[in-house]
Amino acid sequence: MRVALFITCVNDTLYPQTGQAVVTLLERLGVEVGFPEGQSCCGQPQFNTGYRHETEPLVRRYAAAFRDYDYVVAPSGSCAAMVRDNYPRIGAKAAAEGRGQELADAAAEAVPKTYELTEFLTDVLKVTDVGAYYPHTVTYHPTCHGLRMLGLGDRPRSLLAAVKGLNLVELPGADECCGFGGTFAVKNAAVSAAMGADKARNITATGAEAVCTVDNSCQMHIGGTLARQGSTVRPVHIAEILASTEGNVW
Amino acid sequence: MPAFPAAADASTRNTQLRANLRHATHTIRAKRATAVAELDDWSSLRAAGAAIKDRTLRHLDQYLEQLERAVTAAGGHVHWAADADEANRIVTELVRATGEREVVKVKSMATQEIGLNGALATAGITAYETDLAELIVQLGDDLPSHILVPAIHRNRGEIRDIFAERMAEWGRPAPEGLTDAPADLAEAARLHLREKFLNAKVGISGANFMVAETGTLVVVESEGNGRMCLTLPETLISVVGIEKIVPSFQDLEVFLQLLPRSSTAERMNPYTSTWTGTTDADGPRTFHLVLLDNGRTDTLADTVGRQALRCIRCSACLNVCPVYERAGGHAYGSAYPGPIGAILTPQLRGVQSELDASLPYASSLCGACYEVCPVAIDIPEILVHLRERVVEGGPVSVRGTRTVIKPAKGHAAERAAMRAARWALDHPRVLRTGQRLASRTRRFHPRRLPGPGRAWSDTRELPKVPEESFRDWWRRTRGESGTEGRKTTT
Repeated sequence: MRVALFITCVNDTLYPQTGQAVVTLLERLGVEVGFPEGQSCCGQPQFNTGYRHETEPLVRRYAAAFRDYDYVVAPSGSCAAMVRDNYPRIGAKAAAEGRGQELADAAAEAVPKTYELTEFLTDVLKVTDVGAYYPHTVTYHPTCHGLRMLGLGDRPRSLLAAVKGLNLVELPGADECCGFGGTFAVKNAAVSAAMGADKARNITATGAEAVCTVDNSCQMHIGGTLARQGSTVRPVHIAEILASTEGNVW
Repeated sequence: MPAFPAAADASTRNTQLRANLRHATHTIRAKRATAVAELDDWSSLRAAGAAIKDRTLRHLDQYLEQLERAVTAAGGHVHWAADADEANRIVTELVRATGEREVVKVKSMATQEIGLNGALATAGITAYETDLAELIVQLGDDLPSHILVPAIHRNRGEIRDIFAERMAEWGRPAPEGLTDAPADLAEAARLHLREKFLNAKVGISGANFMVAETGTLVVVESEGNGRMCLTLPETLISVVGIEKIVPSFQDLEVFLQLLPRSSTAERMNPYTSTWTGTTDADGPRTFHLVLLDNGRTDTLADTVGRQALRCIRCSACLNVCPVYERAGGHAYGSAYPGPIGAILTPQLRGVQSELDASLPYASSLCGACYEVCPVAIDIPEILVHLRERVVEGGPVSVRGTRTVIKPAKGHAAERAAMRAARWALDHPRVLRTGQRLASRTRRFHPRRLPGPGRAWSDTRELPKVPEESFRDWWRRTRGESGTEGRKTTT
């Protein structure tokens, strides 16, 4: 099977260590991965702000970049959900506007092979214990798009539960949104900040050393809020925990 | 009325309001989850509710005509109102024709939507709200802030003060030494309202459902005040949105399970009243049904947005919404707050005003509203659809006529930024150059951003730009050959 990484624009630009962790993890599990350089962004910022037409070239780009692969793995619930949920909508709307089937075909090609990282591990590779070691107390925040649009369910938690040395503590109000929401964080700054502040307080109250998510974008908002509150809780992407081993804790 | 972000900015700083809302929404959302979990077939009921509503909406014209025939045959009178002004005019004239100057009201979203109380007041007619929460809002000279619990933003102490200070102006005063104990407050309201029920000659209601085949209207409530208004006055006027119709009496089976559990977290609501035209020696002698369009036909013409017309006004979406919880209902500037308001109001009123154009953005798209909606309205999908209408304009239906609207004002800079970003993202070499530039200048990055970015850096630390992007790391460690991907096996 041919597996490609879709590293997403946020990971690529701001959190390269997350991508490096994905590579380390997958290679440890015997998967050889490719990184087609033609990839860029899934188009979610444009689409969710209302600029559907600006998203279309990025749908085409995504389909073309990953054409030669059987699986595309993204360390982001949000970006995977964008492809799976919204690409078919974008394709259908273009067809309804009389602009042909090209985008719908691109979506049909992209959707079935796109997996969020924890889905790929549990559903395709069929592993729960990835041989990781992470000697820290961790709480898990399920990000909204992973939780509700992808329906990740217990996948991330079961992967974390199998990590040696990891002490998983419950997060009160775990399934409440952290307040990031893409451009929402800027357009409705006061509400976004209030949501983030509540989330950060809940995280700190767990006593965890780290808060784990499957999305760097939510991590950016949560981490920025925690830091401003003076909290020492460290935001960490699940890939970085799963890539850690004894002697090499990420 | 300011745009949503400005109104919400003020309400997030009102700690009493936030505490009241947080307590109330979290209590009811937990109860609702328990009530819903009791039914094994909830997902089937939800699908059935959505399907019945969709089928009805597809043939709305036929069902409305069937309803009109059935109501008329049962001795009622049907009136058609294209908009709020027309509906208010019809109701005012009907009340005037009775010679009365006072009416009692059943809690109704449709009459809130059209501002009926204000229109009646202008005509010298006083409308008394009889729902406890609506009474609190009316006495407090306030606006409703929740669909189910209009006074959700008030706590017991505030309610006691409103009753003690304002009841006398509207009728029977509050008892001396009123405390903030719930039983005392309820008793004060009961005594105050009983006087109204017994004197009123005209009642005004909405309806939760209208049954096309029998011409029956249905009100679902908790307090019994609605039933008093529906049965005691001589004349009953019901103002109902045209989307409230269901084809047959049997369809109520689905909705009378979905609505109470989603709304009040009860297995069944305490009072379900049905009325069909008029009946000799029982209930009102005269019955008028005012069928309200007010933007609903235009909403129906939109193939994505029409899902909003399935809404049964249960308010489950408000109770789980993290934005509603912090912003409060008033920030939405409409009778319909919360996620449903964010999609319904801009469809009923259009997106031309600054407030209405801001409503589709009053969401982080977290999806909790869609998850709890008992008729499966994909609220996030409609929010994004309406955002497109705001920034790009496009074809819409206005009063039944297809037209093309322009983008709302104030999005030119954003549009340019989105286009530029898309261009860079569609040219990975440009993206790489940008990333390298950001990495090289990382020592000079400010802790606070200018322009719109300030909204971010005012309350959150900025992430540090790394020395090297993933893209560059891959190329450095894997070389050019790695960029095309390797043949892989497990």
